[in-house]
Amino acid sequence: MKKLALISIPLTLFLLALSSYLALAVAPTESTMGDVQRIFYYHVPSGWVAGLCFTINFLASIYYLWSRSPASDAVAAASAEVGVVFGAVLLITGPLWARPVWGIWWTWDARLTTTLILWLIYVSYLVLRRFAAGGQTQVLAAAFAIFGFADVPIVYFSIRWFRTQHPAPVIGGGPDSGLAPPILHVFLTNLALFTVLGMIYLVLRYKLQMQEQALESAHAQAALKGVA
Amino acid sequence: MSTFGVTRSTLAKDLRMEWRSKDAINSMLFFSLLVVVIFSFAFNPTAEESRHIAGGLMWVAFLFAAVVALNQTWARELRNQVLDAYRVSPAPANSLFLAKAIGNFLFVVILECLMAPLFVVFYELRSIGPVWQLIVVALLGTWALVVNGTFFAALSIRTRNREIMLPLILFPISIPALLGMVDATTSILTGEASPVFWIKLLTVYDIVFTSVCLLLFEVVLNAE
Amino acid sequence: MAGTSESNSSPVILLENLVKFFGRFAALRGISASFAPGRLYVVVGDNGAGKSTLLRVVAGLMEPSQGSFTILGSRKVREVAHRVGYMGHAPLLYDELDGMENLRYFAGLYGIHDDEISRNAMRTVGLDPELSRRVGQYSQGMRQRLSLARAVLHNPELMLLDEPFSNVDVRSARDMAAVLGRVRDQGKTIFVVTHQAPLMENVADEFVHMSAGKIVAREEMARAAVAVDPPVRASL
Repeated sequence: MKKLALISIPLTLFLLALSSYLALAVAPTESTMGDVQRIFYYHVPSGWVAGLCFTINFLASIYYLWSRSPASDAVAAASAEVGVVFGAVLLITGPLWARPVWGIWWTWDARLTTTLILWLIYVSYLVLRRFAAGGQTQVLAAAFAIFGFADVPIVYFSIRWFRTQHPAPVIGGGPDSGLAPPILHVFLTNLALFTVLGMIYLVLRYKLQMQEQALESAHAQAALKGVA
Repeated sequence: MSTFGVTRSTLAKDLRMEWRSKDAINSMLFFSLLVVVIFSFAFNPTAEESRHIAGGLMWVAFLFAAVVALNQTWARELRNQVLDAYRVSPAPANSLFLAKAIGNFLFVVILECLMAPLFVVFYELRSIGPVWQLIVVALLGTWALVVNGTFFAALSIRTRNREIMLPLILFPISIPALLGMVDATTSILTGEASPVFWIKLLTVYDIVFTSVCLLLFEVVLNAE
Repeated sequence: MAGTSESNSSPVILLENLVKFFGRFAALRGISASFAPGRLYVVVGDNGAGKSTLLRVVAGLMEPSQGSFTILGSRKVREVAHRVGYMGHAPLLYDELDGMENLRYFAGLYGIHDDEISRNAMRTVGLDPELSRRVGQYSQGMRQRLSLARAVLHNPELMLLDEPFSNVDVRSARDMAAVLGRVRDQGKTIFVVTHQAPLMENVADEFVHMSAGKIVAREEMARAAVAVDPPVRASL
């Protein structure tokens, strides 16, 4: 674990520094929005990583219920935490970007609302993990994760319909609204960098979880041998 | 042992126990009344405006009342650890779940039947759209809340802060259903839009989550 | 019915290195044992020895952390649930219902719809089936007896009883012990966890001593067919 930390800490710092350098210095200033647009290079990749993590959590939870392997539960726990963190970054950078550019902090359109709700569901997943008693935590959390993930498409469609009924301002285009090559390059590079960053965090957190489990096991084995 | 037989006998037992103790019923009735009154003070619209916001208010009120009721459901099974007796028997886990969910459903519907007329009176509500649609929305929406609520209540009794745990995990997942109920109700009351999409959405929601609950309940029941 | 001879039928319960953790505490620390059918086993030991935990695991209420077991020939308790009766430490009854209503409900879970069976069960434990008092108002002893009735009303082959005699007066307890002996004579297997070992001396086939999560001794009781002489204790 120590070796892993020794490698990963400088590596993550490097990745963060590199992505920031690319976003802040290398990428050209966007014509309409100006420098504020640079948040885009943090915002979208964070969202991508969060979504990736939540998908991993869903798959790990299903696998856990089927196999009961501690490793899959550790992956589920780790991915939920990392996902919530990147999700928080997404939800904070969003309004920061929206306000100067479009004049409003937030709007209840399909995409934003779905994102917020998904994030809330995973926060409550973490709360559940924290407060469940003992050995049942993993099973209960895995069951809950399945509910949460199943809800996401329903949320998206319900709000999209709601918005056709009650139109409201829509914020932002997104990466598919045609990016000029230099912007596209920085964006894709950052996307990759953030993904690597996210996966490093996930692996570290996973290892931590497995170590905690190993510690519990060791104590338990000692208890087995010990006491006369 | 047939699934429906056990569901029926469990439901009958629960109803009988509820009738005898009348704890939950009385406090829930009073709570519902209070909620309606307080909302009427807090939101005091004209008759015209009221049609636009009544849908939202009513469903929020129903949601709070439902959560208090849901927390009680499993409490009865924990007393004397009587749930163990069910678990060691050959009776299927899903029968227990269905019995509890149906019981909760009936209970919340009764609360709604009491609260809705009060809302009508306090807000001078008159529906422009057809009332039968309101009933369909209410039934689908209530089941949506209750099916997940019963499942999560079973989850949360095994946690340390069980009373607050239930709303924490229930609300985010119920948002699409709530949105559907509120908007459909408002559409019908104001007559400004068709609630058909929402009815479809609620039906999908009900089917999806009832299936998920039935698939996972046995796992949750036996987590010890 | 006494004897140390090998049973010619397969064991009713076979434990294979059974381990159960609660967090860091090992309640069962690797138990391997075989139990022949048709006998009355009395499980004794200090508090915290793991007696109740063992019963709960075998009844299917808890999964073992490690190891496995076979019950009535099956690896899954659910499959043989209708042949097993369990009585827990807590009453396992609904306070708001009366005796017959409780039994009627639980009988239904086992597919039994004949009220006469429930009534007989109540009479066997010395309770009046016509009593309409709610269980919440029963005395401790009555609740204990009704709990026993609930555990055995479906005529299970295997009975797992946790402290059936607590809160019961000595004479009733002796009667219940005798009843259990007669049930065993019909070919059933009974496990009784109790702190009151002397009560069971006349009827037990074997005493299983547990301590700190393990079985530390198994003591055959050689009983006479008619318990006139005091029981002879065969040493292990």
